[in-house]
Amino acid sequence: MSESFRIADTKDSRVSGRPLRFVFDGIAYQGREGDTLASALLANGVHLMGRSYKYHRPRGVLSAGAEEPNALVAVTRGPGRMTPNLRATQVELFDGLTASSQNNWPSLAFDAGAINDLAGKFFSAGFYYKTFMGPKVAGNWLWTKVFEPIVRQAAGLGARTTEPDPDRYAQFYTHCDVLICGGGAAGIAAALAAGKSGKDVIFCDEQAEFGGSLLHEGTASIDGKPARDWLADALAELRTFSNVRLMPRTQAFGYYAQNFVALSERVADHLAEAPNGARERLWQVRAKEVVIATGAIERPLVFPGNDRPGVMLAEAARIYLNRYGVKVGSRVVIVTAHDSAYRVALDLAAAGVVVAAIADTRANPPVARLIEAKAAGLRVIPSATVTDTKGRLRVSGIGIAAVSGVVVDAPEWVACDAVLMSGGWTPSVHLYSQSRGKVVWHEDRQMFLPGASVQAERSAGACKGSFALVDILIEGYRAGEEASGASGLRAFAVSGDAGIEGGTMGRLPLLPGSKGKAFVDFQNDVKADDIELAVQEGMRSIEHVKRYTTTGMATDQGKTSNLNALAIAAGKLGKSIPQVGLTTFRQPYTPVTFGAFAGANRGDLFDPVRQTPIHSWAEENGAAFEDVGIWKRAWYFPRQGEDMHAAVKRECQQARASAGIFDASTLGKIEVVGPDAAAFMEKLYTNPWAKLEPGRCRYGLMLNEAGFVIDDGVIARMGDDRFHVTTTTGGAPRVLHHMEDYLQTEFPDLKVWLTSTTEQWAVIAVQGPKARDIIAPLVTGIDLSKDAMPHMSIREGKVCGVPARVMRVSFTGELGYEINVPADYGRSVWEAVWAEGRKYNAVAYGTEAMHVMRAEKGYIIVGQETDGTVTPDDLGLNWAVGKAKKDFVGKRSLIRPDMVVEGRKQLVGLLTDNPATVLEEGAQITAASAAPTRTSALGHVTSSYESPALGRSIALALVADGRKRMGETLYVPMPGGAIAVKVVGPVFVDPKGDRVNE
Amino acid sequence: MLLIRCPYCEMERPELEFRYGGEAHVARPLDPMATSDDEWADYLYFRSNPRGLHAERWRHINGCGRFFNAIRDTVSDKIVVTYKAGEARPATTGEIA
Ligand SMILES: [Zn+2]
Repeated sequence: MSESFRIADTKDSRVSGRPLRFVFDGIAYQGREGDTLASALLANGVHLMGRSYKYHRPRGVLSAGAEEPNALVAVTRGPGRMTPNLRATQVELFDGLTASSQNNWPSLAFDAGAINDLAGKFFSAGFYYKTFMGPKVAGNWLWTKVFEPIVRQAAGLGARTTEPDPDRYAQFYTHCDVLICGGGAAGIAAALAAGKSGKDVIFCDEQAEFGGSLLHEGTASIDGKPARDWLADALAELRTFSNVRLMPRTQAFGYYAQNFVALSERVADHLAEAPNGARERLWQVRAKEVVIATGAIERPLVFPGNDRPGVMLAEAARIYLNRYGVKVGSRVVIVTAHDSAYRVALDLAAAGVVVAAIADTRANPPVARLIEAKAAGLRVIPSATVTDTKGRLRVSGIGIAAVSGVVVDAPEWVACDAVLMSGGWTPSVHLYSQSRGKVVWHEDRQMFLPGASVQAERSAGACKGSFALVDILIEGYRAGEEASGASGLRAFAVSGDAGIEGGTMGRLPLLPGSKGKAFVDFQNDVKADDIELAVQEGMRSIEHVKRYTTTGMATDQGKTSNLNALAIAAGKLGKSIPQVGLTTFRQPYTPVTFGAFAGANRGDLFDPVRQTPIHSWAEENGAAFEDVGIWKRAWYFPRQGEDMHAAVKRECQQARASAGIFDASTLGKIEVVGPDAAAFMEKLYTNPWAKLEPGRCRYGLMLNEAGFVIDDGVIARMGDDRFHVTTTTGGAPRVLHHMEDYLQTEFPDLKVWLTSTTEQWAVIAVQGPKARDIIAPLVTGIDLSKDAMPHMSIREGKVCGVPARVMRVSFTGELGYEINVPADYGRSVWEAVWAEGRKYNAVAYGTEAMHVMRAEKGYIIVGQETDGTVTPDDLGLNWAVGKAKKDFVGKRSLIRPDMVVEGRKQLVGLLTDNPATVLEEGAQITAASAAPTRTSALGHVTSSYESPALGRSIALALVADGRKRMGETLYVPMPGGAIAVKVVGPVFVDPKGDRVNE
Repeated sequence: MLLIRCPYCEMERPELEFRYGGEAHVARPLDPMATSDDEWADYLYFRSNPRGLHAERWRHINGCGRFFNAIRDTVSDKIVVTYKAGEARPATTGEIA
């Protein structure tokens, strides 16, 4: 049975004679070059291409284009190259294509999940809400333990591969004068006009070939030529324009602000071999003018059994016949509300297909149509409705009945192997709507059409409601001229065009007591009954009906279903269609791969990585690293056999016993310079700066205007007009932005310049009793003695002959220095310091030991001890607030009633009763050991470590009225029981602070 | 992605170069300590949040670094005009799209 539905003579079609082999669901077939997967399967008599989402009903292909709701397939091109949810109508055939259907188990023909179809009453409107969300309904164990997992497993679209995607995806930005979206007759006419103007034009179409409906137009002539010849000539002319970029296989999927249009281009999916270059390209186009020429989509009719395989859109059958040389059946019945299906009947009859009847829902089809049908010997049944269809995996018959008034007569059953339906045409206003234009309901034409333009765009052709080919061409040409600023209208002579009258929405008249399922949304399995039930259960707006029934919410976004759903809801509500409203069209028009959006931003390129100048040394010396923002920081330096715990303990002990050397280069650094630098610092930090002498440092605290701590760091005064400001790691951009904000907008009169110097300085911290001895041999031009250079001072000189700023500061509580050298010298100076340090048994330590040692001293980390609601007083840092200062950012807020109220959370230390217990950071703190539920916590643990200096665990915490609770026992409730803790001061080591002054 | 005209660079640049900065023309009191609790709370926390034209601060953070103001229609997301910090809010005929 090879290609038994392919017509003998395919010379007028777009498929070549070249055979291609392909596999669908494990069965080998033959197709032709130029086929889609859908047309190739139909050529082999295969309509059944999938199972439906909810009921697992057998489904055949409905359409021939991007709107396809049923024939969703997965295409596999090797490991990691599996793409699910592709529309078979868009998948181009290549030799060796391997595809499979979805939503079926164990096989497409026998689907165990079809039990859902029998349990259909469970799946009515609001099913998701009633079953998944409502505990009263879903409460019984049988449902939650048995049915729901089965339903969840069964109801789903496709499956994804878990292997990494080996393909590459490219992203481009581009600009043009005119972007034309849609390559049908209107788009081609527009491109001809715009091309002639010489403007820079991008012309894109989702399909492999430009031409749209002209690709399957076998009857009409344009300018005296058969439409297909005219198309070939027009495309040849377009290719002579160097200013026109033709982009086939390119879907304009999103229209955004200011004529920003996103295109996705399939570069390689039609090729048998995996590409060397990108598989897809994402184009972000900024167009001066846009022409929307996106055509129209045929509407299905809503009647019982309208989803049987073999029931499809009428024009699709004509596309398969004329474009692909494929007959969709041997004996078809046409059911239509629109003239266009008569042309389908005539073409099929001419190709030798038996057209058993044309059932026209209209009482009086146009006479011209009746004459055409009669001339071809075709039977027309007017005033017709469909009572039901039959057949299991393929339609085998259809019940057609006459409607007189509201009475539906007994049906006549007509045998057939395909039913071709047409409810008329829905203009594709998606891109127009995405451009924020408001669609307008035209009652006379029963259509939503584009209203006024909000952006520089215009619609042309069927998407604007023009269906006569001559109108489409004229309108397209005019749109192209308007968009390119040209003038000089062109005439088109068209003959042999099809009729354009008719159309219906909503469901066809039913036999009384009809039980058949009439589907509206094929992809989400929403029936006409579901929409009526939703209205009955109180939904009034289409937005509510949509969410309650999920109609229009599948991956096809209701391209074939939205208007039928709307008409049914409006009918049930007794309201007009615009009163019920149209749902919003959202990007993307058709699904776009994650790969296209990710582009090169994956793996190592996913996020930038910042490394310090000393990073390579840490790597060579076995450091484990941690991510701090996008910095990579040395976390600890394990020796052979050491775990993190052992390494950190050793690093802390050795640092306090001798010295530790630490890479502090990630500290944010900002140089504040200018005659008003001190005045500016007075405003931005809580501390007083005016009287700080050059050469001295001070711990600075930064608040936001609401009075909460947002940053801190040691700040050195380099001169009258210069400060060396340090910020938290990763905090520098935020601090600089904050400073610039005030400097530019609140204090613009201050003469100050701010420069980020984070990356300019490498910072080597040497902390411990031997710190001075270690650095002394390397330092020139600075008197390091205790009296000449006290704690919290800075000196400029040289280290290893390199210009340096040496600060005497401590974040460990020990004697300490931080050596700032130009970043390029960072590693060599580090190595020199390290060589000296080894003479004293110094240790290189990482961020974990740094954290432990600072916590032992009760030094806060902004972002750990603070959470954006913490004041200086809460932290016990009132000493850092300049009381005499008239103003600084945040000062006024510190006396707001809530900021001085009793019961604020204050920083304290916690010691567990069991010294071996290390609390969880973030754990809540209560007054009672078994606090009843709904008790508010007194606070939470902010930092918790095992302290090598104390030989026991320590913690910092924010606790309500903490400073009044010294000595109290509180509790940290944990799953294993409450942990008793004693409230103590936050400084655990050297509370008097003598050591820093050694 | 919006195109925003930086009044300092005198160029339309993509939104990615900019950072939003909240409502404009909310001046910090010259003497905060002289304000009442209510006045200060009003300055800190209360914003006009209009439906329609909204004067707001933007910073060309990945460009010239300057703060400036824009009038944006909060319904259509269209920026009607941008102007330098310190300049008065320009007269705009406020049509809600
Ligand atoms: Zn700028």
